[in-house]
Amino acid sequence: MAGLNTRPHRGTAGVRAHARIAARPDGRGGTALPVLAGDGPLALRRTRGTGDEARVTVVGAMSGPLGGDRFLLEAEVAEGARLRVGSAAATLALPGQGGEPARYETRLRVGAGGALRWEPEPLISVRGSDLRVHTRADVAAGGRLLLREELVLGRHGEPPGTLASRLTLRVAGRLLLDQDLACGPGAPGGWDGPAVLGGHRTVGQVLLVAPEFASRPPEPRLLGDTAALVPLDGPAALITAVAQDALTLRRLLSEATAAAEEAMAAATGAAAEAPGAAGAATGAADGPAGTTRADARPAGSTAR
Amino acid sequence: MNRAALLLLADGRFPAGGHAHSGGAEAAVRAGRITDAASLEAFCRGRLHTAGLVAASLAAAAALGAEPGELDAAADARTPSPALRDTARRLGRQLLRAGRTTWPGGQLDALATVFPRGLHQPVVLGAVARAAGLGPEDAAYCAAYESVGGPATATVRLLSLDPFDATGVLARLAPDTDRVAGRAVRAAREALTDGVDALPAASAPLLEISAEAHAARGGRLFAS
Repeated sequence: MAGLNTRPHRGTAGVRAHARIAARPDGRGGTALPVLAGDGPLALRRTRGTGDEARVTVVGAMSGPLGGDRFLLEAEVAEGARLRVGSAAATLALPGQGGEPARYETRLRVGAGGALRWEPEPLISVRGSDLRVHTRADVAAGGRLLLREELVLGRHGEPPGTLASRLTLRVAGRLLLDQDLACGPGAPGGWDGPAVLGGHRTVGQVLLVAPEFASRPPEPRLLGDTAALVPLDGPAALITAVAQDALTLRRLLSEATAAAEEAMAAATGAAAEAPGAAGAATGAADGPAGTTRADARPAGSTAR
Repeated sequence: MNRAALLLLADGRFPAGGHAHSGGAEAAVRAGRITDAASLEAFCRGRLHTAGLVAASLAAAAALGAEPGELDAAADARTPSPALRDTARRLGRQLLRAGRTTWPGGQLDALATVFPRGLHQPVVLGAVARAAGLGPEDAAYCAAYESVGGPATATVRLLSLDPFDATGVLARLAPDTDRVAGRAVRAAREALTDGVDALPAASAPLLEISAEAHAARGGRLFAS
């Protein structure tokens, strides 16, 4: 473990790293990044964006987190700004020297009319590691978010470490999603069984928040028997997939995301066609569960 | 301590409609993931520590008198599948009807008036337990046990599994059921002071995905 000594801020309690990104409109139709502050192993680079969207890449994530480390990554997208964040490589959760778990927290805030695409590469839980991840997203009414999370349980042919990943979403201050997936040797029993992961080695989610979904939630949709797109009880949808490998997982998530974005575009089109759509929206909000359930059908055309 | 009321509420014959649901077992049997007693046990263990833990903590919090609307919103956030949200509310309405008749009183009547859409079943379970003079531990045990008892009973019918084998599965899960109920009550007490975010949010991806597949399928034996 010679690499330990070369890492910054490492004390007996592990590395503390706090990186921050703030995005706001630059006044010329683009997005400025007044704050772009990496820290230790969480280095940030502004990369080439497209149109009015700024783009940031998290680099150096390969160096951790190790047991005992505490990483905090924060991004704030102000009203009207557009930001896309990715990572240069997969993040490896590695074993530490002490028995302490590592913690990796991500806090995302999106203002009204702001848009954030948060698409890091997978998180790989290496044998012997112990990592708690918590991603909190707070989106204002009228804000947009696409958040992808991919978990890979062990490197090739290796059993995983212990991994717990919690994902919490609030839209306009209202809690819409709170999920905590635990797997690996430190998780309670049954995580690998037929109710939870069923022996699959990768699991991922894409969370979409879009104002259009308030009046027209996407219909529940299945991709094969290991992935589903579902509307949440608010202007958001969740895609969940399990797969044997990271490539298959990415394909399932991408297909389902495309389906959700199609539904989003259709909802936008419908809203544009009907100026009185606000009235229709109220009507739909009275019984969204009933209507979506009745329309539930497997997406045979997009299945493998 | 009101042990007879606990037995009544935990009894599978209590007329609250649970017998029509398999807790995801039918979908797992259809997908070939439950084939025998061993895979049933793995299924139940996973369900107990995820959906079971969440249900037990909601029930315990409701039995402690936490605000039902907040608990219901917390339950929604922990149940991304709309099929499962529908099922939970339907079972909640059925349980409330049975509970109001069995233990008549103003508290349960008020729940029906304030929440005409219904509440998630574990929230109602906690409220009914409270109306029956039971405490948070009782409510948590009912929810935790129910989270595995339902699938085990359903699998006997689905696979023609030996009922003795299914009961053996439940007996082997007893220590985990104790742990889940204990953890649920601790979290519920925390939630009284720190808010509903303190409640567990343990998730089971395959239960969520298969619930949608099951709801869309014809020729089902169980509603969920």
